[in-house]
Amino acid sequence: MQNTIEKTDVLIIGGGVVGTAIARSLSKYKLNVALVEKEAEVGFGTTKANSGVIHAGFHDQPGTFKAKLCIAGNAMFDQVCEELDVPFKRCGGLLIALEDRKLQVLEELKAQGEANGVRGLKIIKDNSLFQMEPNLTRQAKAALYAPTVGVISPYELTIALAENAQQNGVRIFLDTKVKNITSVDEELKCVETMRGFILADYVINAAGLFADETARMAGEANLMVVPRKGEEYILDKKRAGLVKHVIFPLPQEESKGILIIPTVDGNLMIGPTAEVIEDKFDLSTTAQGLRIILEEAKRLIPQITAKDIIASFAGLRATNENGDFIIEPSRKVKGFINIVGIDSPGLTAAPAIAEMVVDTLGQEGIKLALKEDYQPSRRWIRFRELSAEQKDELVKKDKRYGNIVCRCETVTEKEIIEAIRRGARTLDGLKFRTRAGMGRCQGGFCTPKVMKILAKELNIPLEEVTKRGDKSNILWGKSKQLLKKEK
Amino acid sequence: MKEEKVDVAIIGGGPAGLAAALSAKRVGAGKVLILDRNKELGGILFQCIHNGFGLHRFKEDLTGPEYAQRFIDEVKEMKIEVKLETMVMEINSSREILATNHKEGIFRVKATSLVLAMGCRERTREMLSIPGVRLAGILTAGVAQQWVNLEGYLPGKEVVILGSGDIGLIMARRLTLEGAEVKAVVEMMPYPGGLIRNVVQCLQDFDIPLLLERTVTFIYGRNRVEAVTVAKVDAKGESIPGTEKVIPCDTLLLSVGLIPENELSSLARIEIDSSTGGPVIDERMQTSVDGIFACGNVVQVHDLVDYVSQQGEIAGKSAALYALGKLKPAKRIIKLKRGRNIRFLTPQRISDQEKVTLFIRVANPEQKVKLRVGEGIIEQTKPLVRPNQMVVWTVPFGDFKLSDLREMEVSVIREK
Repeated sequence: MQNTIEKTDVLIIGGGVVGTAIARSLSKYKLNVALVEKEAEVGFGTTKANSGVIHAGFHDQPGTFKAKLCIAGNAMFDQVCEELDVPFKRCGGLLIALEDRKLQVLEELKAQGEANGVRGLKIIKDNSLFQMEPNLTRQAKAALYAPTVGVISPYELTIALAENAQQNGVRIFLDTKVKNITSVDEELKCVETMRGFILADYVINAAGLFADETARMAGEANLMVVPRKGEEYILDKKRAGLVKHVIFPLPQEESKGILIIPTVDGNLMIGPTAEVIEDKFDLSTTAQGLRIILEEAKRLIPQITAKDIIASFAGLRATNENGDFIIEPSRKVKGFINIVGIDSPGLTAAPAIAEMVVDTLGQEGIKLALKEDYQPSRRWIRFRELSAEQKDELVKKDKRYGNIVCRCETVTEKEIIEAIRRGARTLDGLKFRTRAGMGRCQGGFCTPKVMKILAKELNIPLEEVTKRGDKSNILWGKSKQLLKKEK
Repeated sequence: MKEEKVDVAIIGGGPAGLAAALSAKRVGAGKVLILDRNKELGGILFQCIHNGFGLHRFKEDLTGPEYAQRFIDEVKEMKIEVKLETMVMEINSSREILATNHKEGIFRVKATSLVLAMGCRERTREMLSIPGVRLAGILTAGVAQQWVNLEGYLPGKEVVILGSGDIGLIMARRLTLEGAEVKAVVEMMPYPGGLIRNVVQCLQDFDIPLLLERTVTFIYGRNRVEAVTVAKVDAKGESIPGTEKVIPCDTLLLSVGLIPENELSSLARIEIDSSTGGPVIDERMQTSVDGIFACGNVVQVHDLVDYVSQQGEIAGKSAALYALGKLKPAKRIIKLKRGRNIRFLTPQRISDQEKVTLFIRVANPEQKVKLRVGEGIIEQTKPLVRPNQMVVWTVPFGDFKLSDLREMEVSVIREK
């Protein structure tokens, strides 16, 4: 798409977990669907920095979209992940009270969860708590146990949703920022992007942090998105055994507090902070954030140390002032649906939000006829997870499985080539798809190897390979070029 | 799945592994096999195209590849089997190896004795938790070296280097020669981390400022690095507010230390010394697991390759003797404990050798000192010790009666 005009039934703005979940849900129907994303790949905005916790639904007040969609979404994850071959683990969660007088809070949360329809909630007051979590501080007095809490990789899910949507005919345009929505009438919306115009009957605004600006382009001026920064720190896999469940502190006013998460990839993650900021591009971690997270995490699991940190990052939640998700047709323009303020539990709710949006489109008058040839299944081979015999068979089939490129995470050349074939275009995109460069050496050994494969497969010079698109080139250019210029 | 048996298997074909293989063969080991993940033997020496290698061993000033080639030629002459582009995925304490390459697929090797020579890796930005943004343009000095020396690419044109380890110093010079501007080398300690000769030849000769007692406290930029903040640090290493200075740059290189690569060692349940990050060894380079030996940077980070080769030879010889059933069991074991001003030392255990070479890294620089083993049993005077220069001390243990000792402390003491 380059300075052209595309025509589509539904245009989704935003390729985060919400946008791609909607794309996949819509791909079941006989509709022409397109998705535009301003970044180089899907999931590169708020999604990539999500904690990856699938929440049970006891944190949110009954009657809110958050409560309803969190519980509905949670229940969908087993099937979605099975279909998309995305690792998902229902490890359960424990919300810890360190003082006897806080037992009341646990009771209230349990009652709230039960009112929302969360199943299996239990308060644990005896020593069995320490059998469940042997490394938990002995200061712990009681815990609320939520068996339906799970962990997932948010970007792997988003990539899989996008891939499966594409398999079923959705067109995805990357590096395609929306500049303006030029003409808006009931029948047809004209969306101007950096790379051309798209005419759509229906537009879904899933632009995350920029959903307020996108809504404004369509005449809706009173929606606001406030970025709330969260920093996360990842610990070496050798600390993975420290906790078995997602460990929650008592909720804070603004957030769920600092969690200790046994990630689905086998690392331990601690965070996030919650800090309201102004700049929607500020993804910096801070010395203060690290200090707070370590302090809070150690209060629950004293063995956690800064020495085990192998990676850190910050993300921005798209927070909405009224505290609940906004998912509604625009009051100004028919056929324009706003999805605004999807912060926690947005990841959990995403599949349910997608279904709700499909229903809303139906109510708005779109014709929903199921495709006969819809293919819900998507597969991905993870070499590292196979037995020695299975690995041997794969290498016999394709020698490139025998070439391990990323040694910390055991990622093979074949997996990297396959990820590129399926749409990876950047180092971060490859990392999120294959985990190459995500281990303890943080790409020290494999970055040059991965970049060479990427350059070769995309048929671009090495110096055009980027970390995450737009001017994030890894190399400046050929050696000695600067010396030649001076002459 | 293919399975083969060898007498001595060596994991890693860098300087340690090469020396081990040659000495194992010389001692008379039958089948010796080197497994290496790269396309060529030589390990990290391959990208070290600067000179300064082999001054001790060959009394010659060689480049890294030249130094490696001397060993590689001999490996070929002695017809030692080499498997390249081969990744060892697992080892166990019975000395079985699970590995893969694209020619043979997954295969097992059963070794009578095993030598670990996996080397080390670089510490990363994340391990320092430098605040700021995750951007393009942040890389370790070793990766930059690979880009420039092996691939012919420049990672950036305005560079700040954090850490004054040898690779950082070498890269400051290399990047300057290739046309980049190195704005500063920033070091947290009051003294440089690398060898003095590298400070002179790589920084002073090129007018590159070395900023001591300072660190990078923030990394700015949107897509690629645009600037870093450098601030003074106090004695505890905490940055001092009000001393921050912003240095515009497009690249931040890190040379902040090396970590022995012992992920495989832990699979074999080998005891690791927390001060070196490598296996606890005796003077024959045997680890805590019978028949598994270790040498080079996997044991401890060395300054000079010459010593890596020296250790490799001992490990290779011991592994060969073990495979031949000729390695005598230790009569007694004396533990060497870290005493005053010792950051680490190897070997951590000695048995009954006449002479043992100790490799010692001191914690702090100190003048007019004595190195001491035990309660003044063996001493040696040193005008100066410093952390950036490993102390190599061959101790004639055989000259002393140590028969009743179980443990001895090695320490640096002030001369009166």
